[in-house]
Amino acid sequence: MWVKQISVFLENKSGRLAAVARLLADNGFNIRALSIADTSDFGILRLIVNDPARAYQVLKDAGFTVSETEVLAVEVPDRPGGLAGVLDLLHDTGINIEYLYAFVSKSGGNALVLLKVEALERAVEVLGANGIQVQDYHIVHQI
Amino acid sequence: MIWDRMETLPRDDMERLQLDRLQSVVRRVCRKVPFYRNRLQEMGFKPTGVKSLSDLPKLPFTEKDDLRDNYPYGLFAVPLEKMVRIHASSGTTGRPTVVGYTRKDLGTWSELVARVVVQAGVKPRDVVQICFSYGLFTGGFGLHYGLERVGATVVPASAGNTPRQLRLMQDFHTTALVGTPTYALYIAEMARENGLDPTRLGLRLGLFGSEPWSEGLRQELQTAWGFAATDNYGMSELIGPGVSGECRLQDGLHISEDHFLPEIIDPETGETLPPGVQGELVITTLTKEGLPLLRYRTRDLTALDYTPCPCGRTTVRMRRVFGRTDDMLIIRGVNVFPSQVEEILMDTAGVGPHYQIIVDRKGYLDEMEVRVELAADYFTGAFRDLETLERNIKERLRSTLNTTPKVKLVEYRSLERTEGKAKRVIDRRPTADD
Ligand SMILES: [Zn+2]
Repeated sequence: MWVKQISVFLENKSGRLAAVARLLADNGFNIRALSIADTSDFGILRLIVNDPARAYQVLKDAGFTVSETEVLAVEVPDRPGGLAGVLDLLHDTGINIEYLYAFVSKSGGNALVLLKVEALERAVEVLGANGIQVQDYHIVHQI
Repeated sequence: MIWDRMETLPRDDMERLQLDRLQSVVRRVCRKVPFYRNRLQEMGFKPTGVKSLSDLPKLPFTEKDDLRDNYPYGLFAVPLEKMVRIHASSGTTGRPTVVGYTRKDLGTWSELVARVVVQAGVKPRDVVQICFSYGLFTGGFGLHYGLERVGATVVPASAGNTPRQLRLMQDFHTTALVGTPTYALYIAEMARENGLDPTRLGLRLGLFGSEPWSEGLRQELQTAWGFAATDNYGMSELIGPGVSGECRLQDGLHISEDHFLPEIIDPETGETLPPGVQGELVITTLTKEGLPLLRYRTRDLTALDYTPCPCGRTTVRMRRVFGRTDDMLIIRGVNVFPSQVEEILMDTAGVGPHYQIIVDRKGYLDEMEVRVELAADYFTGAFRDLETLERNIKERLRSTLNTTPKVKLVEYRSLERTEGKAKRVIDRRPTADD
């Protein structure tokens, strides 16, 4: 199973991000990784949490505009050039990366990077063939 | 079903009746209302000067300001003791406009609203929940008595307290809803949030008025509620609701021409325009006792269609009000109507129905920003989908409005919901008074 990412549409105004963080904290969620992409008007907050299905519902019930996206959690060797190697591999096989961001904790001795690509299966295949681990849902959401 | 045979009067007979009534109202206002007597005298117009309906353009206009200047009772054509009801406009800007009804006027009003609700499809077996506010505003009382006249079961819920509205709908088995389109939209939204499917509440009709709304919003309401939504029109100065209404063909609003003589004029020049051309609606009341008005400028933009309607009514139809001359925004010299913006937003997947237009001035330049709520189910989490959406809306607005607004997607439920008329435009530009 793929890693489930929760995306939240946020207007770029003060307090909205804090409101999400507060809501999740109050409901006992742990934010494992997050990134924000924004323009001057709006932003998209991307989150990896434990129990994403429930987090999705909690956010939705609180009136937030949310969606769930499947992403890859890729183990990247924790050394200079580690990430570059992974990106090159995908690029060379024509797999387009829409965005990526890093996980807070490590997995073994490796850094964990979340990747959004269209061709999930194909990416896993390419990475696997080159000895790069892709973590599955259960492990990532429990880290 | 057609409520009154007057709605199917042959055109010749209608025009004869209109002329007869026009002559009588002109004579009467000359006798009873000093304001009109003076104005007609100044123009050298004799009380007997109306020979045919084509003399209508020779009569003076009445403006909203004339009502304000004669606040509160100056234009009444009967002594106050003959008036049995007073209503007034909200008067958010300056003095309110006050209107009075004699007993006969109230009877006429109920009859006219009865026509409107019957052509919208209301039957005596309907349970009609009125979500218009009751009070000085004419919406609540107007629909109330007309619906009673038809024999429908009226639930005078008034506006506001949405959870209670929903409870009443369920407990009383409401089959028709009366209110502003924006409030009906909000009730549907609240219903869904409380786990209720509005289409399963058993409502079959929605009768809407009191604010201009677009065809797109009609579709949205019909889908949200699963009922047929019709438009009706009126204003307190003329009588309140009951001036015109759509039949079930939803193709223009039949005007009760035996009581209201309509014209379309060019709002700039005051020239009368031919049928089919869009301009400002001007109405002469033909039967009002308490407050007869000659050529009242409604400031609503529409066009008249005299072609026969397949429903069997012979009365002229006015097109759905396109906008109010009051609502027209001038952005960098270009005329923009909020209804144009609404039409585009309603037709765009992924946004709406709630929106707001903010106008401001930066230096010497007007800036218009359109804020619209992102639809909850449209959000994919992908940044470029939102950018594309914003760009598409901007492009469609630009090509229709001939001016380039900013477009801002905002969060669902972040724009104000209202129980009455929606506040769509916030104009922050300094006015001449500032
Ligand atoms: Zn018709």
